[in-house]
Amino acid sequence: MPTVSVKRDLLFQALGRTYTDEEFDELCFEFGLELDEITSEKEIISKEQGSIKAAGASDVVLYKIDAPANRYDLLCLEGLVRGLQVFKERIKAPVYKRVMPDGKIQKLIITEETAKIRPFAVAAVLRNIKFTKGRYDSFIELQEKLHQNICRKRALVAIGTHDLDTLSGPFTYTAKRPSDIKFKPLNKTKEYTACELMNIYKTDNHLKQYLHIIENKPLYPVIYDSNGVVLSMPPIINGDHSRITVNTRNVFIECTGTDFTKAKIVLDIIVTMFSEYCEKQFTVEAAEVVFPNGKSYTFPELAYRKEIVRADLINKKVGIRETPENLAKLLTRMYLKSEVIGDGNQIEIEIPPTRADIIHACDIVEDAAIAYGYNNIQMTLPKTYTIANQFPLNKLTELLRHDMAAAGFTEVLTFALCSQEDIADKLGVDISATKAVHISNPKTAEFQVARTTLLPGLLKTIAANRKMPLPLKLFEISDIVIKDSNTDVGAKNYRHLCAVYYNKNPGFEIIHGLLDRIMQLLDVPPGEDKAGYVIRASEGPAFFPGRCAEIFARGQSIGKLGVLHPDVITKFELTMPCSSLEINIEPFL
Amino acid sequence: MADGPVAELLLRRLEASDGGLDSADLAAELGVEHQAVVGAVKSLQALGKVIEAELRSTKRWELTSEGEEIAQEGSHEARVFRSIPPEGLAQSELMRLPSGKVGFSKAMSNKWIRVDKSTADGPRVFRVVDSMEDDVQRRLQMVQRGQAEKLGEKERSELRKRKLLAEVTLKTYWVSKGSAFSTSISKQETELSPEMISSGSWRDRPFKPYNFLAQGVLPDSGHLHPLLKVRSQFRQIFLEMGFTEMPTDNFIESSFWNFDALFQPQQHPARDQHDTFFLRDPAEALQLPMDYVQRVKRTHSQGGYGSQGYKYTWKLDEARKNLLRTHTTSASARVLYRLAQKKPFTPAKYFSIDRVFRNETLDATHLAEFHQIEGVVADHGLTLGHLMGILREFFSKLGITQLRFKPAYNPYTEPSMEVFSYHPGLKKWVEVGNSGVFRPEMLLPMGLPENVSVIAWGLSLERPTMIKYGINNIRELVGHKVNLQMVYDSPLCRLDAKPRPPPTQEAA
Repeated sequence: MPTVSVKRDLLFQALGRTYTDEEFDELCFEFGLELDEITSEKEIISKEQGSIKAAGASDVVLYKIDAPANRYDLLCLEGLVRGLQVFKERIKAPVYKRVMPDGKIQKLIITEETAKIRPFAVAAVLRNIKFTKGRYDSFIELQEKLHQNICRKRALVAIGTHDLDTLSGPFTYTAKRPSDIKFKPLNKTKEYTACELMNIYKTDNHLKQYLHIIENKPLYPVIYDSNGVVLSMPPIINGDHSRITVNTRNVFIECTGTDFTKAKIVLDIIVTMFSEYCEKQFTVEAAEVVFPNGKSYTFPELAYRKEIVRADLINKKVGIRETPENLAKLLTRMYLKSEVIGDGNQIEIEIPPTRADIIHACDIVEDAAIAYGYNNIQMTLPKTYTIANQFPLNKLTELLRHDMAAAGFTEVLTFALCSQEDIADKLGVDISATKAVHISNPKTAEFQVARTTLLPGLLKTIAANRKMPLPLKLFEISDIVIKDSNTDVGAKNYRHLCAVYYNKNPGFEIIHGLLDRIMQLLDVPPGEDKAGYVIRASEGPAFFPGRCAEIFARGQSIGKLGVLHPDVITKFELTMPCSSLEINIEPFL
Repeated sequence: MADGPVAELLLRRLEASDGGLDSADLAAELGVEHQAVVGAVKSLQALGKVIEAELRSTKRWELTSEGEEIAQEGSHEARVFRSIPPEGLAQSELMRLPSGKVGFSKAMSNKWIRVDKSTADGPRVFRVVDSMEDDVQRRLQMVQRGQAEKLGEKERSELRKRKLLAEVTLKTYWVSKGSAFSTSISKQETELSPEMISSGSWRDRPFKPYNFLAQGVLPDSGHLHPLLKVRSQFRQIFLEMGFTEMPTDNFIESSFWNFDALFQPQQHPARDQHDTFFLRDPAEALQLPMDYVQRVKRTHSQGGYGSQGYKYTWKLDEARKNLLRTHTTSASARVLYRLAQKKPFTPAKYFSIDRVFRNETLDATHLAEFHQIEGVVADHGLTLGHLMGILREFFSKLGITQLRFKPAYNPYTEPSMEVFSYHPGLKKWVEVGNSGVFRPEMLLPMGLPENVSVIAWGLSLERPTMIKYGINNIRELVGHKVNLQMVYDSPLCRLDAKPRPPPTQEAA
């Protein structure tokens, strides 16, 4: 969930009233926001860097508010206030208009070189805008929030905002060899080639996370004005020439990306949020974008879409009985201007460009429910009559684990992920022989593979509990994973039962006795015949030579038991003899 | 049969005594260690009312071993004085005497002796007085005779400073006859034996009382893991509510079932390498239900079923990518898909509790794997009110009765609501679960009828367990690093039971 931090006093000023922290928390909860933290710049810095560094910082109260991940219109003070004011019916939702310029329309021409790297671009102009320090900061902050969320860290969309008065159109969006791109980027004093910049930014804490998006591409995206001035090299950095300041009056906004839909949404959000400060409030000057195929489009789209939803559908989905008029009123409070039409049971809902999250009637139903108040909905029990069944494998597991404890063994719970070493090297097996599934992106060696046996987890548990009185008798019944090309995903879980006995003596007879008890519980008699179970001398790298047997039950091999090899004991950092048993319990279903 | 010779002697003396006797006096009289008498007193006390014993502490002055020596031989200064012949003694020689150093300075300050430094062969010591009185020896001898109180406070403290005298506290018993006094005390039996039962001798034997304040001996036993005990209780709750358990024994899942089937777009951050464990081997799912896949693809990329869709290029390669399931909802999706293939539609209630995996940053409350609890109801005409109603029943079985619901966003449910409960300990509302109505874009491509709604909720197993058992670090609960003692000591899991009250002082 994205967190928006706003100055409390500015927020209250914009909302036209003050709240206690509790009242505001309550309002957020009702609306689906969360007042996550009440803090100040000073507090944040002192928490992160110590109170000395925080000495000069501002102690203006900040509200950190968590917004739902799909509500891009709530990611800045302007949007939050507008949403809450409409919700509390203090203002009507403004109507956003795209207008044609008095003079020539700004043009952005996309060349075909961009196709392979970042094919889409959209643009718009905020004309005669009036920033203040607060508004300017919010404008920058919103871009950052969008970059982190809907833009997927600039991979899908990157935003560039420019002082239009320093540039001269038409603009060209193209892609060039990095060595051929040279400009003075934001916050630098001289020109660099794109190659140099990529090197410089490797150590830049903020920008280094974006380099991978274009790093290994032969051509880098770049936007020029008609005089060859670089506006930006998306998605990395803007040029210094066209940088905006608090005094900028005309802002040229370009969004480039790999996802056309999201680029349009991002542009719509920025212009709807900040056209509030334009001389003609809530109007946005159009820009023309020419695609390589020669087709030309006008942005921002600022599209209003109409949906018709039946009132009884909303009532039925939520579990309330409201009149269509009331439902329309509720929806209007959620920034969805609605009215009853047709036969009186139909509600026509206008979805504004700020509400890209509304893609289905169910989204409208939810907004009606939120405005109605979730906690005002009458709770009822569904009349769904069903007979419960346990999953047979889990039922067997539950029964067995109780009797394992009754047999004096203690249950442990170990991780399903582990290192290759745990399941292979430490057990004297080659990793290729384990048929283990391998994780491609583990952050540490602990998550290299899914376990193919429960034994390492039990041995590691003993290693962490060497101070406990002996003997240690442990068991676990849980799943292991083996590659298996007969399943749809190519791997399969098996439910294993593993038990270990750790003492000054190996205690093979105890583990053997436990096997006999398990077979008794499963109603499998000893014997060579098809219904019975038997153990036969065997060997395995994890076991001491001559102290290992394979377990056969109901005609198939189900596992092994034996005294562990001293090498295995040592590799798991243990010092005492240990015997173990591990079987697959699925044949007993 | 008496309980040892000292006890027997004690009882005889006590019988003859007038009112009582002191344990220290008795020890002196009997010529035994005081401790032996104390032992006898204690063993007689254990018999009941045979004797009364009152603990008394008396303070006494005793000579230290150096004090004893001085009482015998005289003080160091006296010994120095005596060792000086009339013609004097070389100081160096005097210093070599055993009492030389201490005795010299004391004798000097007593002005018993003097030093002449003018002699040719080094300083020489001479007597100043002809005779002297050794007060130190005399006083110590008084203490020895038991007359310490005749000494002044100042004199005693001076001797104490010289470490010749020490004050000791002596604990003695004043023993008197008890209400059941008898000199013929028989030894008590400790335990009932088979012989006593068969002979009936238990009728005539006294038995030593048990100490009920002592701890018993814990039985040798196996134990169940606390988290899995809680899992059993959650299973039980779902079964009581008529929910059928879903198969979840497939940790490996394709991105298709884990994300795409749930209408979670392919650029969703949860599908990032930073959040999800993807597989290198087997890297891709071998089979997908292709006609269903086509419907999912169309819904994502173009919309349909009343939806605008996400309008992006949906890629099959992305859906084939194998991963460790990030939620059990992937298993729910498979079950719902199977339910959708059954005609006619039959209402269903499902649950599951199993492991899920996240490639997250680990901290005190987050591990790379944890257990997810999930409940699902599929029926005609289910409402948000139904979801809230069933959540109320579910949570009341956990002993949680104060609930409220917050609007939320989940990619595959709409409406969505987070469930909060009031935590009396923390004095605030805490999130206890997440819930919602599955989106039509998820259900309709599966083939479920349009008027069927599916409501669902989920929570983690670890969080309520940590609250229940008061565990702050998840590593103390799950994994190989847990302390087995915690497993041994964990109580039964009764989720609806009131928590143990904090220890309070006994009411007056």
